[in-house]
Amino acid sequence: MAIITEKDLQPTYDVIVVGSGAGGGQSAYTLTMNGVKVLMLEAGRNYDPVTETPMFQSKADAPLLGMGTREKPFGFHDATVDGGWEVPGEPYTQGSTDPKQRFDWWRARMLGGRTNHWGRISLRNGPYDFKPYSRDGLGFDWPFTYDDVAPYYDKVEMLVGVYGSNEGLENTPDSPNGTLLPPPKARAGELYVKKHVAKFGIPVIPIHRAILSTRQDHVNFPGRLHPNNPKAQKIIAKAMQERAACFWATDCGRGCSIKANYQSTTVHLPPALATGNLDILCNAHAREVTVGADGKANGVIYIDKVTGQERAVKGKAVILAASSGETARILLNSKSNRFPNGLANGSGLVGKYIMDTVGASLGGSVPAFENLPVHNEEGAGTHVYIPWWLYKDASKLGFARGYHIEFATGRRMPGLGTGSASPGYGKSYKEEVRQKYGAGIGFSGRGEMIPNENSFCELDPSVKDKWGIPVLRFHWKWSDHETKQAAHMEATFAMMIEAIGGKARKPQVDGSKAIEAGGRIIHEVGGAIMGAEAKKSVTNQWNQCWEVPNLLLNDGSAFCSNADKNPTLTIMALAWRATDHLIEEMRKGNL
Amino acid sequence: MENIPADNSGQIDRRQALKWIGAAAAAAAIFPHASAQDRLAPPSASPGGKRIGWDPLLNKNYVPGDLWALTLTPKQRKAAAALTDLILPPDNPGDKLPSQLGVQNFVDEWISSPYDETAKDRPVIVEGLDWLDAEAQRRFQKDFADLAEPQKCAIADDICGKTAVKKEFKSAQNFFNRFRYLAASGYYSTPQGWKDVGYTGNVPMVDFPGPTPEALKHLGLA
Repeated sequence: MAIITEKDLQPTYDVIVVGSGAGGGQSAYTLTMNGVKVLMLEAGRNYDPVTETPMFQSKADAPLLGMGTREKPFGFHDATVDGGWEVPGEPYTQGSTDPKQRFDWWRARMLGGRTNHWGRISLRNGPYDFKPYSRDGLGFDWPFTYDDVAPYYDKVEMLVGVYGSNEGLENTPDSPNGTLLPPPKARAGELYVKKHVAKFGIPVIPIHRAILSTRQDHVNFPGRLHPNNPKAQKIIAKAMQERAACFWATDCGRGCSIKANYQSTTVHLPPALATGNLDILCNAHAREVTVGADGKANGVIYIDKVTGQERAVKGKAVILAASSGETARILLNSKSNRFPNGLANGSGLVGKYIMDTVGASLGGSVPAFENLPVHNEEGAGTHVYIPWWLYKDASKLGFARGYHIEFATGRRMPGLGTGSASPGYGKSYKEEVRQKYGAGIGFSGRGEMIPNENSFCELDPSVKDKWGIPVLRFHWKWSDHETKQAAHMEATFAMMIEAIGGKARKPQVDGSKAIEAGGRIIHEVGGAIMGAEAKKSVTNQWNQCWEVPNLLLNDGSAFCSNADKNPTLTIMALAWRATDHLIEEMRKGNL
Repeated sequence: MENIPADNSGQIDRRQALKWIGAAAAAAAIFPHASAQDRLAPPSASPGGKRIGWDPLLNKNYVPGDLWALTLTPKQRKAAAALTDLILPPDNPGDKLPSQLGVQNFVDEWISSPYDETAKDRPVIVEGLDWLDAEAQRRFQKDFADLAEPQKCAIADDICGKTAVKKEFKSAQNFFNRFRYLAASGYYSTPQGWKDVGYTGNVPMVDFPGPTPEALKHLGLA
């Protein structure tokens, strides 16, 4: 089994997985390592980071020095192809013309999806993050505890390779000894910030990112990942040896040809293919999940994007991991007599409670960083961060829930805008450019959004994509909790920039102006939330749709809260947990 | 997403970069006295012009002109080359002039591109280069590129903004600012430009060494 074309499709599969990113990749990995025959459908083209990644290309090697454009919004060398804020022929619409009610949807129509370019920040949700309603009466509790998920965080961290440290901080979980890879050293500017913000009680600690700072322990990890499964151990041991450690150059957002960071295409899919149990069909855009007379999912109808023809494939179970928005869209488009409002939508909650991350940022220049003695500060993007530090002050802040801070300093590759802060020309100009190079700092807050009734998606009543499939229409509204949090971020950044003697613009006191538009942080989750009761949720704690138990939602769609921690690691951990449960249920004949 | 320092906008969040570029371009006024024949056709009309596309080959090294035709006239190109050399003179013996590194080609690529983000720079730069030659002729009866260094400086000093700029040079100042932005961006993206600012990355390392003792000392962290 392999990356196939349509003529090689088997008549039926044990499981059809829709989507090949973090959720789909993890699902396919877990299934195939346990002998389950899987077909993966990917709406985009096949994509191979080993041969396609621009390693060491400089900005000057890209058109317009790599400037972000409509077709390549995060810059020319960003890994995303056939995607971005818009996808030709595949529109989405807005429920309002008010820019504050806008939702921007980043899609990546390519094998591996958004895992090819993501920031690799891999923070565990903490115990509080799974019980937010119990703590402050807002949003929803998850139908399990941190302890239920922790073993899967352990496994995902070992499998994908995560650098970081254990700091023993509140709601910022430690990993078992020997699980994390060593964090890279902090840069000079990062240490400077750490020293000068300590007086505010703000901790600066190593961040966790899915990057191999060293090679993985291919001797011990396989046995911990797949006890009593020698074939799986052998396959993953080999796959781990095919990944090199980071060589501290080339932006991770370009992807990685030496497989030093996690992307589904280099980490999940190769071992899954090596089992011989996985077929991957690219350019196959899922339209709907089909249901048999027994009310169970029995296949998927997709568009073959090469021919434009509609096709159907059969499976005994279906896993949707198409991205939260796309998964909700597929469910809503899967209408039948039995499910007139869309599949698994008896609760009416499909499309509801979509969430993103609260984002605000402030940059400045820092005279202390000027004329720093020359050395290579490139590293691997983010090395340190600030976890939320005000859990004890929650009642005084005027907003519920917290945020973490990502920040960047350092002498990074020059490009568009280098030298733009200096006046004049000639030798004195160049001298000032040299002096100011690397003397910038940028802070970004990433905070928790509480799910609300006004943020949802639905099928647009008239607009269809180029294959005639109804598209999503988004509705969005931040609550005061989020906008006040964004204002708090700005004030904090200004305070920290002042503490290091830097200069910045005035912080925005109106949080509704500071906050990024919905979707802009690309932490889209929700839309088919899980819960303890069928009436109030779409799936149970195993990502199984209440009404269709052989249909799992293994991307972020089942998230019922969106902690400040970046969602990808949790998507993978929950996909693994849900897929283990699916395998068990299939073995027992319960499906 | 990751966040990168503001002094490094090639790597900053692209949304912010676009906002910045948009604002800067909007602030730059087109030369009010440009004659009718100077009025420019939109660059997308240039022969062979095309966009980057949704699925370009990423691990290829592109040079200006690969995707869309360059549009500066030989005379404008000569003035652009001379101005890059004036703004960014070599630091060390053996270094190349920016014009020898082709920095003017990047400026040309930028103003010839079919993108909205660069479109506002096109009249500013093209009309500005024409103005530069016209001003050189007015003052010294030569094109800008043919002036002696002090003569070039006499013009540049009036428009570079380091000292108060006279009202009649406001448009020229806008041109100079945008031109310098582009020329510096192009220049500092070359290996020689990297050396000038002390960027030593983009090389593989077995370990990430962290800050040097000298850097820590500089920051009072040693």
